[in-house]
Amino acid sequence: MARRQVSERQYMRVRADMPPGHVRTPNYLRGKVGWVERTLGPFPNPEQLAYGNKADPLPLMRVRFSMAEVWGDTSQTSNDTIDAEIYSHWLEPAEAPHAT
Amino acid sequence: MPHDHHDHLSPSGHPYRPDDDHPLTYWQQMEIAVRELLIEKGVTTAQEIAAQIDAMDARSPANGAAVVARAWTDPVFRDALRADASAATREMGFDIGPMRLIALENTDTEHNVVVCTLCSCYPRNLLGLPPDWYKSRAYRSRTVKEPRKVLAEFGVTLPETTTVRVHDSTADMRYVVIPARPADTEGWSADDLAKLVTRDSMIGTGLPKSPDAA
Repeated sequence: MARRQVSERQYMRVRADMPPGHVRTPNYLRGKVGWVERTLGPFPNPEQLAYGNKADPLPLMRVRFSMAEVWGDTSQTSNDTIDAEIYSHWLEPAEAPHAT
Repeated sequence: MPHDHHDHLSPSGHPYRPDDDHPLTYWQQMEIAVRELLIEKGVTTAQEIAAQIDAMDARSPANGAAVVARAWTDPVFRDALRADASAATREMGFDIGPMRLIALENTDTEHNVVVCTLCSCYPRNLLGLPPDWYKSRAYRSRTVKEPRKVLAEFGVTLPETTTVRVHDSTADMRYVVIPARPADTEGWSADDLAKLVTRDSMIGTGLPKSPDAA
């Protein structure tokens, strides 16, 4: 089983926009940069599924963010991390964040 | 009358607990209506519904504890669990349905904790019903912001050298934490080890019991 794929370890920025409707991308992660911890394969797009529409399969990624990236100076311990599952259409390639 | 304002107190002086008999909510009425219609139309039966409720009630953290104890004692299973937790637990005979499961292993340097900020995703098929606090707004909002403080309130104080990894279960995956095996348990059977595994230790808000507490 091929668990490692090319897209893993890449830095990605979560789209910052706030569209109306059913979205699984948490608000607090929008605009933040993390790296793909692992890819999870295709899952039906929840934004279509929620309205009973035919749902396209979309790659789902587990993205790892540092606390410093997400909460800035207010983070408790900057090296701690948050992982979240983000659908690929919410992710754009990005440079590594400067915060460490 | 002097006793009027005491009417809501019991003879012992304590207030009576409010009766939980209240009118049905809109959604409770809707559920009953839909259920009765489905039975009337022959889509399902009352027996099938009762059997499904029994099956759900039978799921308990003991299932997850058996998985953890096996991971502690069987290195081949532990690797299989890390590679594909859905397949490994299914192979153990647990009916996990279509659930996609990821096992997160605690080590000397990493501690994992699970939350669902959007709702309350939880591996019910393996751990049973979630505790009420898991669904609370406070747990969901604070765990991603100040995990160490939340963990300390649960009695888990971690050194700075341990990295805390918070897992926000936002979409299609469910998570179970494999806590570190307690010290001084060499030679223990998987059955005995499973008794040390608590529900909270598989969410990450607790640690397994120590051997002398078993």
